[in-house]
Amino acid sequence: MSSSVLDKRMSLADIVDQLSDGMTIGIGGWGARQKPMALIREIVKSDLKDLTIVSYGGCDVGMLASSCKIKKLIFSFVTLDAIPLEAHFRRARSAGEFEVMEIDEGMFQLGLKAAAQRLDFLPCIAGLGTDVMTHNPDIQMIKSPYSDDHYVAMPALNLDVALCHVTEADQRGNSWIGGPDMFFDEWFCRAAEKSYLTCERIVESSAFNDDHKILRMPIERNLVAGVAEAPFGAHPTSCGPDYGFDVPHLKAYNDTAKEGWDGYVTEFVEADDYVKAVGGADHIRSLPLPAF
Amino acid sequence: MTDFTLAELVIAAASEIFRDEEPEVFATLIGTLPKLAGYVARETFLPGMMMSDGIYYLAAEPVPVGPRPGFEPKKEGHIGYERVFTIVAKGKRHAFVGPVQVDKYGQMNLSCIGDYDKPKVTMLGVRGLPGNTVNNRTSMFFANHNKRALVEGEVSMVSGAGYNPKRYPNGKYPIGLDHRQIITNLCVLDFEGRSSDGRRHAIRVRSLHPGVTFEEVQDNTGFDLVRPNNIPETTAPTEEQLAIMRKYDPHNLRAHIFKDNPPGRRAS
Repeated sequence: MSSSVLDKRMSLADIVDQLSDGMTIGIGGWGARQKPMALIREIVKSDLKDLTIVSYGGCDVGMLASSCKIKKLIFSFVTLDAIPLEAHFRRARSAGEFEVMEIDEGMFQLGLKAAAQRLDFLPCIAGLGTDVMTHNPDIQMIKSPYSDDHYVAMPALNLDVALCHVTEADQRGNSWIGGPDMFFDEWFCRAAEKSYLTCERIVESSAFNDDHKILRMPIERNLVAGVAEAPFGAHPTSCGPDYGFDVPHLKAYNDTAKEGWDGYVTEFVEADDYVKAVGGADHIRSLPLPAF
Repeated sequence: MTDFTLAELVIAAASEIFRDEEPEVFATLIGTLPKLAGYVARETFLPGMMMSDGIYYLAAEPVPVGPRPGFEPKKEGHIGYERVFTIVAKGKRHAFVGPVQVDKYGQMNLSCIGDYDKPKVTMLGVRGLPGNTVNNRTSMFFANHNKRALVEGEVSMVSGAGYNPKRYPNGKYPIGLDHRQIITNLCVLDFEGRSSDGRRHAIRVRSLHPGVTFEEVQDNTGFDLVRPNNIPETTAPTEEQLAIMRKYDPHNLRAHIFKDNPPGRRAS
């Protein structure tokens, strides 16, 4: 593994070696979109445990739940988008297998933004009047110093590590998100002590000397500790514009929540050649982008 | 007399939630019925309505529902999730949502049912409902009006805020709390009633779909509804409204909104 600031390339296993039990890990993407799934599969195969997972959740959360990696989940939702309900999350949540901090989507981003600014909290009105406050007694209210209004003081979501999947990166950690929405990957990276990126392809730095690409490069390289090339590394989630969700795969995965997912782990998570196991590169490239 | 289905009646009725809206409101339309209702409003009386393509862009024209191979939405801007959150906080938005439960306060549940630590039923999570409901106009759709959806007491996990003063500091409602209507397979409800114990924003029957009585609606609701002296019948869709529905729903997905796609007027 290289440790130079000039060459941050690592393997997926190298990145997971940097993680340890009990860490708070933020996962970029949104639902079934742009998730660092190659890294998630690597975590599933590891001995890691007792993780606090912070995610706008999709099958990343479901897979970590069904492999008993989660001690606490900080979330607003868990969904597979095309399939509204994530069965692995539902099973584990209803069994009480992990603690939860369930918050509004906007509160979630404020928690990341507070951490990014080294603040204890940021105020908002989201959460007022709901059971988000009842079930999270640690979240405090504050009175405005300027009026009689009361606000929710959304605490900083300080992350040990952020994991995100981008379209292209260079070996120094510059990166380009090619999809139409950059989601909150930037804020996960800013909220974290260390961030690791996977990418569809490692490119020369000169690839970013491009006025259009530069508008979709929200993560500076000094936020990034390591980069791993992982072609199709978001599958079965989407990675626009290269490929969409794999709905039949997600459905089959979802269906394993009932009977146990050991077979899924053997067939896909532990596959020597994941891309081949799920149908090959041409199949993934042909997956249509999400439309609702 | 024009033939129309219950779905078409309800879509036309639901378009009315936007009648008093700001001319350039950003409407969030999730699901077949909210989308078609929004499109009818936009094409008939609210031409400046802003909406997304369902993913990441502001759509310059409504995007038809269902499969549309080769169709490219006409874009007029970008609307990634981060921008959606900033729009939510500013308040210039009307969210038309489909929660799993609602109660007499207009509090909604999208999270779970039963003991919070080990819920009997786990659903999506609170999503953006806490922020939506204290910042934006909110309307709701329920395809099955029954006591499991319109519940007695409070919903199991209050994910979306409502008019329950006990839940707010000093009983003061947040700046953007503004529930508008609840559209169901039986009727249209609003929040313009006053309950028998004097509570404002009580849920009131605004109109009854053809052939439905107040008693039937009340029997299928877990809380007391406010009954005005004269309850109008929900207005039948016009030819113009039906043509808009056909245009933007070419595969007739609206036939699947309600079980067995019943007619708009019940057989007597």
